[in-house]
Amino acid sequence: MEQEKSKKNMEDGGTEKLMRREPVMMRRILFFSGMLLLLFGLVAWNVGSGSQSMSFREILDILTGKVQEGAAFQILWNIRFPRICAAFFLGGALAVSGFLLQTFFGNPIAGPYVLGISSGAKLVVAIVMIMLLSKGVRISSFGMMAAAFVGAMIAMGFVLLVSLRVQKMSLLIVCGIMIGYICSAVTELLVTFADDSNIVNLHNWSMGSFSGMAWGNVKTMAWIVLLTCVITFLLSKPIGAYQMGEAYARNMGVNIRGLRILLILLSSILSACVTAFAGPISFVGIAVPHLVKLMTKTAKPYLMIPGCFLCGAVVTLFCDGIARTIFAPTEVSISSVTAVLLAPVVILMMIRKGEKRR
Amino acid sequence: MTEKMGLKTENLSVGYGKKILLSGVELEVKAGKILTLIGPNGSGKSTILKTITRQLRTLGGKILLMDRNMEELPGEEIAKTLSMVMTERPTPELMTCREVVGTGRYPYVGLMGILGKEDWKKVEKALETVLAKEVADKSFYEISDGQRQRVMLARALCQEPQVLVLDEPTSYLDMRFKLDILESIRRLAKERKIAIMMSLHELDLAMKVSDEIACVDGKGISRLGTPEEVFRGTYVQELYGVSKESYEPLTGELFLSSKGIQPKAFVIGGGGEGIPTYYRLQREEIPFAAGILFENDLEMAAARACASKVISVAAFSEMGEEALKRAKECMDECETVFCPLTTFGPLNEANKALLEYAQNCGKLKNVLE
Repeated sequence: MEQEKSKKNMEDGGTEKLMRREPVMMRRILFFSGMLLLLFGLVAWNVGSGSQSMSFREILDILTGKVQEGAAFQILWNIRFPRICAAFFLGGALAVSGFLLQTFFGNPIAGPYVLGISSGAKLVVAIVMIMLLSKGVRISSFGMMAAAFVGAMIAMGFVLLVSLRVQKMSLLIVCGIMIGYICSAVTELLVTFADDSNIVNLHNWSMGSFSGMAWGNVKTMAWIVLLTCVITFLLSKPIGAYQMGEAYARNMGVNIRGLRILLILLSSILSACVTAFAGPISFVGIAVPHLVKLMTKTAKPYLMIPGCFLCGAVVTLFCDGIARTIFAPTEVSISSVTAVLLAPVVILMMIRKGEKRR
Repeated sequence: MTEKMGLKTENLSVGYGKKILLSGVELEVKAGKILTLIGPNGSGKSTILKTITRQLRTLGGKILLMDRNMEELPGEEIAKTLSMVMTERPTPELMTCREVVGTGRYPYVGLMGILGKEDWKKVEKALETVLAKEVADKSFYEISDGQRQRVMLARALCQEPQVLVLDEPTSYLDMRFKLDILESIRRLAKERKIAIMMSLHELDLAMKVSDEIACVDGKGISRLGTPEEVFRGTYVQELYGVSKESYEPLTGELFLSSKGIQPKAFVIGGGGEGIPTYYRLQREEIPFAAGILFENDLEMAAARACASKVISVAAFSEMGEEALKRAKECMDECETVFCPLTTFGPLNEANKALLEYAQNCGKLKNVLE
């Protein structure tokens, strides 16, 4: 996908040069190559660091297939790699989902966490988890995914229902936050009446973490995320038209109703997938699209979608690395890292924007 | 060949949701022509335009685009035929004006929405047409309302439409931009044979730029015809619900009307020289009488609207003793007299006599104090 992109950029280059816009091109190339470099660096860091220290030699041996057994192999192959992959795919998914929601609501603070999607998913996961556990059944990853998806869609459905009556998008965001609170309250209520063991399970899940990822899970999420992101990427043109506002998009021949449904569906699938596998993760969805816009100086969907995916993966890998290592061997929840690191970014972004508009 | 069709509505009903606001709307604009909708605020001009551009659902009747029922046309085909500039401004993030104009090419470009060389050339041409080249590289947020309006017009042109719908294209613009935009619109209709349907608030401009005018009165189209037909008589004043005096259809001037009964000042005017004094007195709420004016005087409309009493005589006739007598009587009842009039000739000798009379009474004042 990346190659295809840069090729497109090259083709674009001819005309853009015509208009003396090389700096723009340079900026984009720099951004994507920088992101790729960072990605490799972070993967290397995440592979190498952890409670079990490993030498470069050991890692290389495992990577090249010379060593296929032993504790180091197990740790690397069955713990660290799946975790890195999960952070990569889910981080990308979060950022793309955030971009879609921000486009749809035309609001810079829209994101899966803010709109109550994560809370809705959490509520349904809690219900299902507690119900199944009381019968002695452990919830499967597919079951979690399904429950989180249903929850995300229900929360999103509520927000959409309100959006039919309310024209102001800022009110919609407020509504999403309120729905999030209601869902959290009900979840708390359930937890109060649940068994202790259930609570521990749910609590662990709701803190958000990439730990304990199995390869099977990674495979499932990779399929879902990649497929959804490719479809999203193919919708670049109508999404770009939608950025001009609904009226103009319709005038450009976009089927607005279809696009709206698709946008919501895709962003819900992405955030539901994340919530199902890693629990609610805050701020990546809101902050990353802003970061990408700031760095690329564009909001064009065909650049934003791959850009957000890459940057989301980078940010999430970084935050997960910190979550693992900062108080090692104790792990911090991923959301506490993302919140501390990214909330200030969002605030700064808002202030900058406010100044620009005036 | 018969005249080429542009846009036509047949027994169209429009409104919000399911509530019909206007019904029986029959409008037609052919290639190269300009049809302007006028009417008071809230009368439904925008509702009609929004229905035609499919932002609102058609609540009855049909819209024909190039002789074909619009409801049966696919969105993309409509996009290549009809484009628009509405009153809501889009808020595209991080886009230069050139890129905003480029979005007009969307119906023509491929899956990713990336513009090719030819497309960018068309963008440049559109920017040239609306005289907005100098803002091309600026952010859409940075530029003024007038520039933004031009950029949006360029965007609409990029769509290579045969029909252009414009909702109040001159709102918020100063007179230079108003003229520029309307000149561009006029040129587009004539040179590119685009059928243009728009709404305007400035009646004087509507009169000058439109081939046809449709009056929208909140129920339907109440009058349709050439500007001469529509502005004949006092129909426009009725449409907007204003008094006969407050609007002058020939020039499109608007006046605030004064309702003072007993004049306190007398203004000797003529040839337009009295107008600033009329406005000044009106602002200071001093009721005044004006005279002696010819019926066709340049300032007659202003005098009728602002003065509580006007002494006038038939056009190009001598003012005569009778008018002078009436004027003197009126002046006797006033406390002050102003004489902004400076040119006197054989036809308005009576005004000279009036000036002398005022000087003798000691009522004449030069400046308002």
